[in-house]
Amino acid sequence: MSSHTTDSSRSNYLNAAYGVKSWLLTKDHKRIALLYLVAVSIFFSVGGLFAALIRLELLTPEGDLVQPDVYNRLFTMHGVIMIFFFLIPAIPAVLGNFILPLMIGAKDLAFPRINLASFYVYVAAGILGVWALINGGVDTGWTFYTPYSSMYSNTQVTLVAMAGFIAGFSSIMTALNFIVTVHRMRAPGLTWFRLPLMVWALYATSIIIMLATPVLAITLVMLMLDHSLHLGIFDPAQGGDPVLFQHLFWFYSHPAVYIMILPAMGVISELVAAFARKRIFGYTFVAYSSMAIAFLGFLVWGHHLFVSGQSVYAGAIFSILSMLVAVPSAVKVFNWTATLFQGSVSYQTPMLYAMGFIGLFTIGGLTGIFLATMGLDTHVHDTYFVVAHFHYVMVGGTIMGYLGGLHYWWPKISGRMYPEFWAKVSALLVFVGFHLTFFPQFIVGYLGMPRRYHAYPPEFQILNVLSTAGASVLGLGYLLPIIYLTWSMRYGKKAPANPWGAVGLEWETSSPPPTFNFDETPVVTHEAYDYHHRTEDSRVA
Amino acid sequence: MPLDFPLFPEAASTMAGQVDALYIFLVVLSAFMSLLIGGAVFYCAVRYRRRSEDEIGSNFHGSILLEIVWSAIPLAICLLLFFWGAKVFFAQSRPPADALEFTAIGKQWMWKFQHPDGQREINTLHVPIGQPIKITAISQDVIHSLYFPAFRVKKDVLPGRYTTVWFEATKTGSYHLFCAEFCGAEHSKMGGQVVVLEPEEYERWLAGGAAASQSPAEAGAALFEQLACVTCHLDGDGGRGPALRGIYGEDVTLNDGRTVVVNDEYLRESILTPAEKIVAGFQPLMPTYKGQISEENVFKLITYIKSLSGGRETPAGGAVDESNVPQDAATDAATEDTP
Repeated sequence: MSSHTTDSSRSNYLNAAYGVKSWLLTKDHKRIALLYLVAVSIFFSVGGLFAALIRLELLTPEGDLVQPDVYNRLFTMHGVIMIFFFLIPAIPAVLGNFILPLMIGAKDLAFPRINLASFYVYVAAGILGVWALINGGVDTGWTFYTPYSSMYSNTQVTLVAMAGFIAGFSSIMTALNFIVTVHRMRAPGLTWFRLPLMVWALYATSIIIMLATPVLAITLVMLMLDHSLHLGIFDPAQGGDPVLFQHLFWFYSHPAVYIMILPAMGVISELVAAFARKRIFGYTFVAYSSMAIAFLGFLVWGHHLFVSGQSVYAGAIFSILSMLVAVPSAVKVFNWTATLFQGSVSYQTPMLYAMGFIGLFTIGGLTGIFLATMGLDTHVHDTYFVVAHFHYVMVGGTIMGYLGGLHYWWPKISGRMYPEFWAKVSALLVFVGFHLTFFPQFIVGYLGMPRRYHAYPPEFQILNVLSTAGASVLGLGYLLPIIYLTWSMRYGKKAPANPWGAVGLEWETSSPPPTFNFDETPVVTHEAYDYHHRTEDSRVA
Repeated sequence: MPLDFPLFPEAASTMAGQVDALYIFLVVLSAFMSLLIGGAVFYCAVRYRRRSEDEIGSNFHGSILLEIVWSAIPLAICLLLFFWGAKVFFAQSRPPADALEFTAIGKQWMWKFQHPDGQREINTLHVPIGQPIKITAISQDVIHSLYFPAFRVKKDVLPGRYTTVWFEATKTGSYHLFCAEFCGAEHSKMGGQVVVLEPEEYERWLAGGAAASQSPAEAGAALFEQLACVTCHLDGDGGRGPALRGIYGEDVTLNDGRTVVVNDEYLRESILTPAEKIVAGFQPLMPTYKGQISEENVFKLITYIKSLSGGRETPAGGAVDESNVPQDAATDAATEDTP
């Protein structure tokens, strides 16, 4: 190809080629990121619709809006879609796909075809999931606990497990691509400890995906065999062990929590540095804390099984290891806060999301300590306290990070600025709506309301009404960006190469970037976020 | 819609205060940390707001001392919470030796309880105040979880394996009883009330109900005859199976050299899958009773066999291969080594 010879106004990745085929068969990581953006947005909307129906049902204590069977399908499909088809791919496959090669000065990912394949594998899994949904759905909860899922549920367990199984390969392909790219394709001079922290976070996430996802795949295969052929691996009536499933499931699914949150932490490091115009505080500690979380995350799965009949001594070991994960998470929060100290802080929308993230993740992380404390977990396990906790981490953490990153890199992605006023309104709605939705759930959880309840005792109603009210505000907060970001693609103000005055290779190329990202391969001579050096030679450059 | 809704659950057991203390400590700690971090973010954001377009931040970006301090303090607090939480958890996991023994069977979607004297009830449980109550539970189908929020205790109820939960109620009244593990269509209806009564009232309640014609041990003895267990398990040596008098709670040696404690879990296993663990000196002759005897009847047989040992107490739970595991941990340690 000869993209460098074309006229500059017609040489970006968006207008380099036209036609449906040029999008659907593209090998450009940036276009694939946009394909993912459309797909995850669709799944997010579907999952959000289920959440809306759940909250409507819970407005009243009687289970009066939908039948129990329908309610059980709603919360199951909400969880399956949000986790496997939105939270896991959202930041790596959309933002990571787009920004990783730009951040390291590469032309593309190491394996562009595998990248495209990963998208279609994801779509295939999604279509299978939707097909299963139309054909009756699944009612086991996203955790698929046996023997209910394997021997008792007559819903589409096998199909949905197959969808999860296939989606896993998409994750693995993306992770493999990221790992090889980070090892092999860094620009000259870009040593490991000059990498932006987003790259460290994506690298740590990719390692977790590569190591954990195969275990999920095997577990889901065993579940499918049990459900369809009644093999009895997890069926005590045939000598199987139902709790074994929980161990295998959480061996993947606890690390999966870090698959979802680590990339968001990477985004926050970028946002805090850019909007404080300051090198991130304690760079090496933040980088190593990602690796520490990735490592420790594999050793804590048993904290989901404190009341399962697991040995008390095993419980104690999982409890203490879970406590250790709190330390690298706290280190990150303290370092972000310290970065603001003596910074030059501005309050554009991405920074509002970053500050929101720090607040919400702090609460999400601290309530994780409640659950790692065994004597307390006995009471709150499987109640709304747990629901509130993981929504603070997943929604308050991952989605805040995702939206913050999407706004931050939107000028680079679309070549246009988003409308700042509406973006701030939406960030505020998300923050307020989020607290109103999920804070009451901590209280109702400690009161003892179990999760996955279609009907509940009347004294829990007020807190549930607050939660539903909050969900409406939150829903509006999520709807706005879909509207104004779409609008801005055509009508937004044209974005300069570096609208934030941020340091980073992605801001050195045009907005939107050319197909192969950089006209000349950049050479890196400084640490990440080195604002002082940039100022010194800005006149020269 | 009741407007005077509670913000804190009723505390009605000896355990509740201990769990609430942990909770309150953590709530205060969380509030402090959130305000500290939120306040610092807010202060810096205002104090160091950008004043000109090309302003940049200072070059202060690291301090080993600070990193050590803010790693060590959370680590210390988390370790403290680990030990404190473990202490409460161990208390929750170890029923006192003098506990009244109840049984529970979970099935989609009801709880069937049996009192020590044989009285039965469904979805409601009457218990006396000030008396430790131990419930040995098993599920007939999927995993359930027996949850008493007012007592701050919960335990999963598994198919094919006993688990136990205990509490000592400290306040009379009627409290929620929930199933906490999702178990299918009517999961949210699988619950009811636990009613705490004064001891005299409890006695009166027991007397007032349809009195059980037999105690569980008597019913077990009848079954023991009826199922012809008695033909091999003689009341003395010389039978084709081991004599059962006085064995409950003792260690026995198996024919492969391992040692197990005779507890509820081992007895259940020996009735349903007798070939798994044969006592040394005996042949694997006993047929399986799997699928031929209900969980209720297994409970009765076990109660009968226990009564042959003078009602001595050991925790219910799995058979343990390591003879040096402390008695009160046998329950849970064993559940790991299932087939």
